[in-house]
Amino acid sequence: MNPANRDTLRPEEKILFSLRSLYAQNGYTQYRMSKFEEYDLYASNKEFLLSDSVITFTDTNGKLMALKPDVTLSIVRNCRNTCDRTRKLWYTENVYRVSGSTNGYREIMQTGLECIGTVDDYNLCEVVRLAAESLRSVSDTALLAISHLDIVSAFIDRMHVSDGTRRSLLSCIRRKSTHELAALCPDQSADLIRLLSLRGSPEEAFTVLEELNAPAEAVRQLRVIFDVLSLYGLSDSVRFDFSVISDTEYYNGVVFKGYVGGIPEAILSGGRYDRLLARMNVNAEAIGFAVYLDLIERYMAAEDGFDTDILLLYTAEDNPVRVASAVRALTADGYSVLASRDIPDMLKYRRKAIMEGNGVKFIGPDA
Amino acid sequence: MLNIALPKGRLGEKVYRMFAEAGFRCPSIEEENRKLTFESPENGVRYFWVKPSDVSVYVERGAADIGVCGRDILLEYVPDIYELLDLKTGICRMAVAGSVGFRDDHRRTLRVATKFSRIAADYYASLGRDIDIIHLNGSIELAPILGLSDVIVDIVETGTTLKENGLHELETIVPVSARLIANKASYAFRQDMILNIRNGLEKQIGGSKQ
Repeated sequence: MNPANRDTLRPEEKILFSLRSLYAQNGYTQYRMSKFEEYDLYASNKEFLLSDSVITFTDTNGKLMALKPDVTLSIVRNCRNTCDRTRKLWYTENVYRVSGSTNGYREIMQTGLECIGTVDDYNLCEVVRLAAESLRSVSDTALLAISHLDIVSAFIDRMHVSDGTRRSLLSCIRRKSTHELAALCPDQSADLIRLLSLRGSPEEAFTVLEELNAPAEAVRQLRVIFDVLSLYGLSDSVRFDFSVISDTEYYNGVVFKGYVGGIPEAILSGGRYDRLLARMNVNAEAIGFAVYLDLIERYMAAEDGFDTDILLLYTAEDNPVRVASAVRALTADGYSVLASRDIPDMLKYRRKAIMEGNGVKFIGPDA
Repeated sequence: MLNIALPKGRLGEKVYRMFAEAGFRCPSIEEENRKLTFESPENGVRYFWVKPSDVSVYVERGAADIGVCGRDILLEYVPDIYELLDLKTGICRMAVAGSVGFRDDHRRTLRVATKFSRIAADYYASLGRDIDIIHLNGSIELAPILGLSDVIVDIVETGTTLKENGLHELETIVPVSARLIANKASYAFRQDMILNIRNGLEKQIGGSKQ
């Protein structure tokens, strides 16, 4: 038996480390924040949160506080007075919110980054590129679906529909429900349906966008992003998908969602959110994304199934110093050792050993 | 292998025939047996039968890449999935029904028995009508007969069951038909195959080609 090449780190921890170094390498600094914020912050921006239930409690001074359900709002609030210069921040924090499938509060580990201040073309491309690279550090099978809300909005504006119909159209777009789109606006939905039916490479998408007369500035931004992603060899893992729509009250411009193989939902989500800043009276632009590391924990199990290399059984008669010295010798050789007086339930170990004289004696085969 | 969840029962069998016609046959599913999953390696698909109301759960959670389920289920559970095609089969409607001679007394809270609590709540909220929802899991028609509720909200296909129980349809809430749905992550990675199936199915309902 050779000492196992043990991973002390769980998959999500390993990914977290590689994300940290990726963000630091690109000049982003870590942002730490308190677990609580005043409830007001969330109450006035409820629609921005993924769920509107927040865990609240009363602080000793009578103020209503909340366990943070979201990180972006806190960052924006803390940056509001320093937005004249661009800040690039990353964070890894636990947030507390109701998870869709369980209907109960969950603690969710979330990592992400924000660029607040001036989002010029370079910064825009950098954040999207870092999103694509983040996905790659999670898995080799990764796909970033990118959309531009200005394009989708322009297409809907051209249809001159009521607010109610607009909401229904957005809901259809989100579900890629082209049949419902067609039923909703039979004469006007052709362009929107074509936009949603885009498939194939981004290059083909650009041709279609031009044919459909999409807003030039938005198409230009997508093109710059695509050029930068190609430079980094990431063009294979992006696709334009105009069904990606985040809340248009808060987001504008480029938005994206990221998927990796083996996880059945989006693991990354982000975009440009100048509108949120405007609503919070902050005069700046911003773009950012979050990676939901809890999904990795849920879907990517560690491969090595052993709890320990060696189970060392000793009895009440064994001298504790001898047991300690045996453990010391085995761990010095690189093995993991569980010293115990009985075999714990369901324990998976490679080999069993007992104390004998001054040393240990292995029993049974090597697993 | 693309996993496809089909609803158990007549609708599922009909939908499977549409998949087969579209070029995704699976001979083993056509034999009489008690198996739960059926593979067709040459076509790259694996079918399985699940309870109709569970199809959206299998698809949303990625156990199935695509599936077929009624619009009633999508409206009730609002799963985060893509809805790619209206298969225009399994056509029925979500409706309010009550005893013959029932008159809505707006001074009282309306008692509504249903399996579809969300659909009922949304519908009456849109009318501004105060209601008391009584969630039942089956034999909904019994509720107004025994005075458990004033009306029911349920799926109506022909109206025969209602008629036999002295009930009749009062209002239609929404038309219902079977939809092809897809998991969002599966769609991201297997777009071509999923769209091939979608387009193959679409040809059979004579809709416009995507």
